[in-house]
Amino acid sequence: MNASVVIMFLLIVALTLVVTYYAAKKTKTTGDFYTAGGGLTGWQNGLAIAGDYLSAASFLGIAGAIALFGFDGFFYSIGFLIAYLVVLFIVAEPLRNLGKYTLADMINARFDAKKVRGVAALNTITIVIFYMIAQLVGAGALIQLLFGLDYWVAVLIVGVMMTIYVLFGGMTATSWVQIIKAVLLMIGTVIISFLVLAKFDFNILNMFNEMKTITSHGAEYLQPGLKYTDPLGTISLMIALVLGTAGLPHILMRFFTVKDAKTARSSVVTATWVVGIFYVLTIFLGFGAAAFVGFDTILEANPAGNMAAPLLAEAIGGDFLMSFVSAVAFATILAVVAGLVLSGASAFAHDIYGQIIKKGKISDKQQMLAAKYASLGVAVFSILLALFAQNMNVAFLVSLAFCVAASANLPVIIYTIYWKRFNTSGALTAMLTGLLTSVILVVISPNVFSPVEGAAIFVGDPIFPFTNPAIVSVPLGFLGGYVGTFFSKEVNIKRYAKVKVKANTGYRENEVK
Amino acid sequence: MGSVNEFDSSTAFNEEPDFENVANSPQFKQLIHERKRFIIPLTIFFLVFYFSLPILTSYTTILNTPAIGDISWAWLFAFTQFIMTWVLCTLYVKKSASFDKKANYVIETQLKKGVK
Repeated sequence: MNASVVIMFLLIVALTLVVTYYAAKKTKTTGDFYTAGGGLTGWQNGLAIAGDYLSAASFLGIAGAIALFGFDGFFYSIGFLIAYLVVLFIVAEPLRNLGKYTLADMINARFDAKKVRGVAALNTITIVIFYMIAQLVGAGALIQLLFGLDYWVAVLIVGVMMTIYVLFGGMTATSWVQIIKAVLLMIGTVIISFLVLAKFDFNILNMFNEMKTITSHGAEYLQPGLKYTDPLGTISLMIALVLGTAGLPHILMRFFTVKDAKTARSSVVTATWVVGIFYVLTIFLGFGAAAFVGFDTILEANPAGNMAAPLLAEAIGGDFLMSFVSAVAFATILAVVAGLVLSGASAFAHDIYGQIIKKGKISDKQQMLAAKYASLGVAVFSILLALFAQNMNVAFLVSLAFCVAASANLPVIIYTIYWKRFNTSGALTAMLTGLLTSVILVVISPNVFSPVEGAAIFVGDPIFPFTNPAIVSVPLGFLGGYVGTFFSKEVNIKRYAKVKVKANTGYRENEVK
Repeated sequence: MGSVNEFDSSTAFNEEPDFENVANSPQFKQLIHERKRFIIPLTIFFLVFYFSLPILTSYTTILNTPAIGDISWAWLFAFTQFIMTWVLCTLYVKKSASFDKKANYVIETQLKKGVK
């Protein structure tokens, strides 16, 4: 570990703690804690969405995937970006207009059913835990490599930092950590891309021409098919990527931090530009790493290719750039896990404790306290799981989280807003079918069972052929909601009229005095 | 923010505007109709556009031919996805400004009326 790495690392820690200190002063009510008082501007929230979304899996994972597999690595970038059109066109504004703190609030705008809220909270918690373990285990391994710390020390550092942000600064601190991270990540990526492009004489054609011969894959490197050879498996993954974002609780929660649907809209647009530019630049990160670091060195540092971006920074920018990029990767992890803790805590404290157990009869002070305990609980639980999962290959949990979001959350969101006949039993069956099919199919998939020892958790032949089950579980989620609706005679036209009017106009009772 | 959470409790139904009436009003129906006419075709378009990339690369090799220099059609198609996203975002924001006006009109003329 050299001096510049330590300094950068401490700078990030110091900067985020200062932010948390000021955020703590502004966090007085439950609304402040969960939604930063709803006072973020479109720009701020847009950057925070980008910071919440561009996880280490995006920054380090995609750079590595493009470095190792060329075109096929780029599929992720495309899916993760187009997902924002689904968010913007279908989900963002109705969600802002109907919800308060959580996704379950929005669904409960139509159904006052504790069961529906409970299952929605369960979905949120499941997604948060899957996503969080993948992030923390990845973070531990990464910080181990970048800073030479032990795995458990690394997980504890990340865990303690995320807990401090959320516990003291709530959504305000979390948002600003995400904004800082988004800015740092963009600066780092632009600098590396510029240096890579300079090596190819600022000529993209020249870059593609050289990439054709520079790797051991030859011309195949630039063609699709190096990684994804199974057509249906590829399409299944692409379904999870494009539909999952619109059901991810920590992303959806961000829409409650702005004052109205118009600001929610402008924040998605900002996020789409930032995220889109970033994903275009992943080509330079990947190609650069393949050309100037080389497969052998990338694979030696980490078999999944996660070290491609930091190694590239070292190869073309020396120790200083490497330190900067490592610090950015650290900030990236912190921003994402803080957002996850907050959305997990909201499901426990607001949905399960506040609304189901206490039936909404709870003072603001009690709510805030419950939110803090829940944050602490979610954080401690995730840290413990991450410490146990050290030697497991958990990278697939990120795409599983996307799959659960797409199969269990998206159908119920769409039906709630757009389908008149939809009812309580449909909401329950939609969510449970989506959740159960995703999880069960993954358990019997090649992620968990592989004939090759060490490639997955158990040795054996997988029963289900695709690593990502979205192609089956998303249609089943929609079908489950459809069939479940007709199991019950319940129709509430009056309530739907209210939801429809509110979702489409942004009208709120409490604004009319 | 009140001190007691008002969620899930049916807040004073007698003071509430008649949402069914509003939902059936010509202005509101017009708003929904225009929004649907804008969103549904474009959503279908971007999903078809998006999925045609993996479908074409998985089942055919037609995108593997060079388009500009060594950049193949597959890469060009991939870049077009980015451009499409930004164009549709911009279109959506422009169009939404007119929806906002219509929605505000519904709020001002129908929802605020009769509520103290």
